[in-house]
Amino acid sequence: MKGPSAPTDLKQRTLDAFAGRHRLSPLEALPWLVAVAAFFVFPSYLALGSQVLATILFALSVDLVLGYAGIVTLGHAAFFGVGAYTAGILAARGWGEPISGLIAAAAVAGLVGLASGALILRTSGLTLLMQTLIVATMLLELANKAGTLTGGADGLQGMDVWPLLGLFRFDMFGRTAYLYCLVVLFAGWWCARRLVYSPFGRSLTGIRENEARMHAIGAPVARRRLVVYVISAALAGVSGALIAQTTQFVALGVLALERSGSVLIMLIIGGVGHLYGAFIGVPLYMIAQDRFSQIDPVYWYFWIGLFMVLVVVFAPGGVLGLCERLVRRWRAR
Amino acid sequence: MSSFLASTVSIAFHGIAFAMVLYLISVGLSVTMGLMGFVNLAHGVFAAVGGYLMTTLMNRSGVPFPLALVLAVSATAAGSVVLERLLYRRFYGGNELDQVLLTMGIVFMSVAAAKFVWGPLAQPMNPPAMLSGQIDLGFRQFPLYRSFLIVCGAVVVTTLWLMLERTRFGTQIRASVDNLRMAESVGIDTSGLFTRAFALGSGLAALGGALGADVLAVNPMYALENLVYFLIVVAVGGLGSIRGPFVAALVVGITDTAFKYIWPELGAFFIYALTMALLLWRPRGLFGQTA
Repeated sequence: MKGPSAPTDLKQRTLDAFAGRHRLSPLEALPWLVAVAAFFVFPSYLALGSQVLATILFALSVDLVLGYAGIVTLGHAAFFGVGAYTAGILAARGWGEPISGLIAAAAVAGLVGLASGALILRTSGLTLLMQTLIVATMLLELANKAGTLTGGADGLQGMDVWPLLGLFRFDMFGRTAYLYCLVVLFAGWWCARRLVYSPFGRSLTGIRENEARMHAIGAPVARRRLVVYVISAALAGVSGALIAQTTQFVALGVLALERSGSVLIMLIIGGVGHLYGAFIGVPLYMIAQDRFSQIDPVYWYFWIGLFMVLVVVFAPGGVLGLCERLVRRWRAR
Repeated sequence: MSSFLASTVSIAFHGIAFAMVLYLISVGLSVTMGLMGFVNLAHGVFAAVGGYLMTTLMNRSGVPFPLALVLAVSATAAGSVVLERLLYRRFYGGNELDQVLLTMGIVFMSVAAAKFVWGPLAQPMNPPAMLSGQIDLGFRQFPLYRSFLIVCGAVVVTTLWLMLERTRFGTQIRASVDNLRMAESVGIDTSGLFTRAFALGSGLAALGGALGADVLAVNPMYALENLVYFLIVVAVGGLGSIRGPFVAALVVGITDTAFKYIWPELGAFFIYALTMALLLWRPRGLFGQTA
């Protein structure tokens, strides 16, 4: 009696799991509840808060290419920086409307992603890593030389960002900035979530897991990788534009290797390929950085480094990887 | 015309000296990536430790140059074995992203530790009287210390090549790079081999950091700011090879020196463009075996 029913039961459960995979779970509301609560609980940290929210969007864009398509990049700051400069230059040259600034940033960053992706995405591993890094570094050198447009090493001065929707000024406490970043992040997350659970997203995971097999079943591997690269570049551009508009300043650092590296570190700490790694890793890293650099302004690098080593040793796969293992062990009992 | 010739010779000379330092440091990284499948972004830390130990022993303790060199290299190699046994070992062939996080954490810690012990400034390298000044090669004078660097690089390349081609250890390394599981099946103790290869690689990095302390200034950010150069040499040269990084280091060293001399305001732009072109042409590097 138990014999025949068990497999069909398992089959049904598997089918249900696949069919319901895309449905929202109540747990997914948690980051947004925390973000809204933080707005009321920590009114004096809203400037840091909006930086965190914008960086989460950046890390989310990296998660799309790294966690889903398996493209290891050390140059995503290229798109972040291009977005930041696009929004920044628009605002400094007399068009300070924030939302159209975001759209322009997404478009320009997406175009840069298309051009560079078409060139470099044929390779993988260390070679691809170096090529992404080089694209970002060459853009950094260009921004440094094009001083009349970008302000060069002094940074882009004189941005004037108009009130949001013509109604809400960007106030000195950062209230508007925080809510603006939160809404944009939510929109970005929604797009990313839709993308990941679409057939397109599944085929990306397939490419990550077994590229040869995807070729064999006739999936256009190169084109799919390029498309997700462009989408991710556009999201990264929006994130850069958010930082530019809310801080009203763009420095060369937006294109630097440090930014590509640190966002990668934040994402790995959170967990890659879960869509929520960014929501855990970025706040952990940025708040730790803020705290450590206040306690110990000279040597905080040491504590961040130690934290990273401890995460790898005790929680490989990041915080979400650890949670997954704990849940699995608990279920197995 | 003679001034053109003079600057060409000068560029080639300084470029080759820079290339030797790059090669000494990067060859170990190529081996760890090719042999153990481990992305060691902290490789520059070993070079920095070598440079720091060398300058400290010479400047503060007055240890003579050859002894300081031997001490710096062997201490770094010994320290690297501890690190390999305690931390690196368990991540071999594993998830690349965990490796990146681990080694970047080590780099961050080393940056802060170096700043704590030695302060934020670069450590001066004072070559011994025997190796300072100029050497006259008949047609023109060359700085003696840089000539010494080039000779050292040439000696190390030859030794490494002979070791890899002619010794049992070298054969085992080549076998394991080609096919790790097959090498294990025929009875090669890969675990011990990894430790020895790792110690050799970090010892060579320490040698490069110590000898090259006046080419690449020894300061707390050393491992971070030179990382891109080391990675370029490894990627262009190809993983797990001895010859590849040598050719790549020569290309990188000479081109970088040349363009910084001819067109200083564009700085490092050309070296990146060149690397990009080389990698598009040969994605596995010039002499790459494994992708």
